[in-house]
Amino acid sequence: MFKSFLIKYGEIGVKGKNRYIFEDALVKQIYFALKDVDGEFNVSKEQGRIYVDTVGEFDYEETVEALKRVFGIVGICPMVQIDDNGFDDLCEQLKGYMKAVYGEKQITFKVNCRRARKNYPLTSMEMNAAIGEKILEAFPNMTVDVHKPDVLLSVEVRNKINIYSEVISGCGGMPIGTNGKAMLLLSGGIDSPVAGWMIAKRGVELEATYFHAPPYTSERAKQKVVDLAKQVAKYTGPIKLNVVNFTDPQLYIYENAPHEQLTIIMRRYMMKIAEELANKSGCMALITGESLGQVASQTIQSLYTTNEVCTMPVFRPLIGFDKQDIIDISERIGTYETSILPFEDCCTIFVAKHPVTKPLLHIIKKSEEKLGEKMDELVKISIDSVEVVHCS
Amino acid sequence: MIYLDNSATTKVYDEVAKQMVKIMTEDYGNPSSKHAKGLEAEGHIKTAKADLAKLLKVDEKEILFTSGGTESDNLALIGCAEANKRAGNHIVVSAIEHPAVAEVADYLEAQGYRITRLPVDANGIVDMQALSEALCEETILVSVMYVNNEIGSVQPIEAISAMIKEKAPKALLHVDAVQAFGKYKIYPKRMGIDLMSVSGHKIHGPKGVGFLFINSKVKIKPIMFGGGQQNGLRSGTDNVPGIAGIALAAKMIYDDFEKKREKLYALKKRLIEGVADIPDICVNGTTGEESAPHIVNISFIGVRSEVLLNTFAANGICVSAGSACSTHKQSVSSTLKAMGADAKRMDSAIRFSFSEWTTEEEIDKCLEVLHKELPMLRRFVRK
Repeated sequence: MFKSFLIKYGEIGVKGKNRYIFEDALVKQIYFALKDVDGEFNVSKEQGRIYVDTVGEFDYEETVEALKRVFGIVGICPMVQIDDNGFDDLCEQLKGYMKAVYGEKQITFKVNCRRARKNYPLTSMEMNAAIGEKILEAFPNMTVDVHKPDVLLSVEVRNKINIYSEVISGCGGMPIGTNGKAMLLLSGGIDSPVAGWMIAKRGVELEATYFHAPPYTSERAKQKVVDLAKQVAKYTGPIKLNVVNFTDPQLYIYENAPHEQLTIIMRRYMMKIAEELANKSGCMALITGESLGQVASQTIQSLYTTNEVCTMPVFRPLIGFDKQDIIDISERIGTYETSILPFEDCCTIFVAKHPVTKPLLHIIKKSEEKLGEKMDELVKISIDSVEVVHCS
Repeated sequence: MIYLDNSATTKVYDEVAKQMVKIMTEDYGNPSSKHAKGLEAEGHIKTAKADLAKLLKVDEKEILFTSGGTESDNLALIGCAEANKRAGNHIVVSAIEHPAVAEVADYLEAQGYRITRLPVDANGIVDMQALSEALCEETILVSVMYVNNEIGSVQPIEAISAMIKEKAPKALLHVDAVQAFGKYKIYPKRMGIDLMSVSGHKIHGPKGVGFLFINSKVKIKPIMFGGGQQNGLRSGTDNVPGIAGIALAAKMIYDDFEKKREKLYALKKRLIEGVADIPDICVNGTTGEESAPHIVNISFIGVRSEVLLNTFAANGICVSAGSACSTHKQSVSSTLKAMGADAKRMDSAIRFSFSEWTTEEEIDKCLEVLHKELPMLRRFVRK
């Protein structure tokens, strides 16, 4: 019975004169989310409202699922739109609506009318009362509760009349493209896709960097990262994935630095490389999936040491999360299944049995000095030979 | 591209592919249909059955088509266990069976059957003494693979069969011959095999088809139910193109049989001799003509299988680490473990498997890559 959806958006409603930017971005993202859904859709803006209208047959479940993935949407209201054929007809239509949606259920309800068209013969208050009465007459099981109703029946009189009562929660946040772009360090584990998703939810467009170390990491490991990027892209729109061949820098560190410092030095170089790639493509922050204390390289001392190489802000949205919290989100956004496929990533291949957990910056810097110009050369080659994969 | 992973799957013979396309696009009838199209399709199945029966020297009625090795193994074990429940509840399998047998044995164990898993020696050969001790009145089925899929060890099927006849004459013998068919001339009835699984895609035939030889005296129950095809033992519309494909592939793989086998053994010898000068390696299983002609398994101690596999891949060579069937499980080789190999050997095992198209040049290229890359790979190991 539903042919349209009213889209409710939260925060972006209060952005003052910039509001159109947010609304336009939202419309664009809605179109993107619906592009693979069965059906034909028309997304329109009208006086602080966004409508999704369907043309002909469409898949209701798929549509709702797709809309639930759009950042910036707070609520999705399946809506019935009728022509204005007078108040009596409206009441009949509303009775039909209530019967179709709630049947003989025992519910409390409240009618909430609004008139954008002020020349309608009844005032909103009069409409509320009259409609409420008609419904009470028709459905003996229903009662009115004006404070905490089970069902808030909204009736909006515009050129046509909109009827809706269900609000499906959207994922909130802000539409992609309203908050710049950031570079996600994507590893293939559980955490980094979640971190990317969380920052993207604040309206940030994502680009990603993956460190590949053939032959120590396999083509399948790389494919796994591509698959993860594609899954995140369902929410964010296309993601440009930079695949950095990190084998030579890694082996060079392996041979020329104390083994227990390997991971921390590697991570410093990864941050450097990611920042350089970020600068090249106009990103204004880095995103990592680090969570305080999760592993040796994520102690506060380690974070202090790796953070030191960057001047860009580094977003770590999972910093205070427990592993289970992260897993919960990753299951919800559909990255978990892929994340747990057992392929080795380049951080674990040479990891020491007892890596330093409290690195001292001056000692790490000293070790790096010994790597010398040769290391910078290898890093430059890695950056210059980056392979780009477009994930969508 | 050099393909040395023929134990995982093989390239389909052109003639087989052509035949299958013809059946799919022209003779596409359902053999159960009564009209001319159905008859035509039924004809292909009859021919396939006759050809396979002749190859194995068995009766046509003793060939049952399935969806492949796994289904054949499942049907053999579960079907026999259920049909012979009253005769006993003891089943014997070797410790190095393919998961299509090993996992079914686990399942049957959970269903209340008693399972004995026969140990193997350091070369991956079943311990006959253990078999002799395991067999008893209650034994209804023994399942031992002909050629092991990971290391190519060949089991003494005839000796096993003789021992069963002596110690537990009621027990049936199932042989998973997925890796052996096409590499050995196998006449199940003469060897005392009661049930034998074969897969199409290991013999240059199509995937998704296999067969189970079932001796006519064997009692067996179906594990799939439906339209009652194949005498009710395996319901489901017959896979006509697949069935024609596996039969033609089976015929073709036995053309010039001796020559092909000699060639495979020569390749095996060339590879094994070629790695002899590499330090710290271990050829798993025996290396001579007592082992399968097409499988060589070598541990390159200190280099993780996956890393060497990736290195080969980067050089255009396809090999496998352990068994390709378990890509999504990060598991060590169950065969090597049963042979008593240590962790170092298991972590670094690579399987090379040949086909009739494998050339000496390909083996040489493979050896060249090994000699070039191994020293480098061994410099960088997990400390």
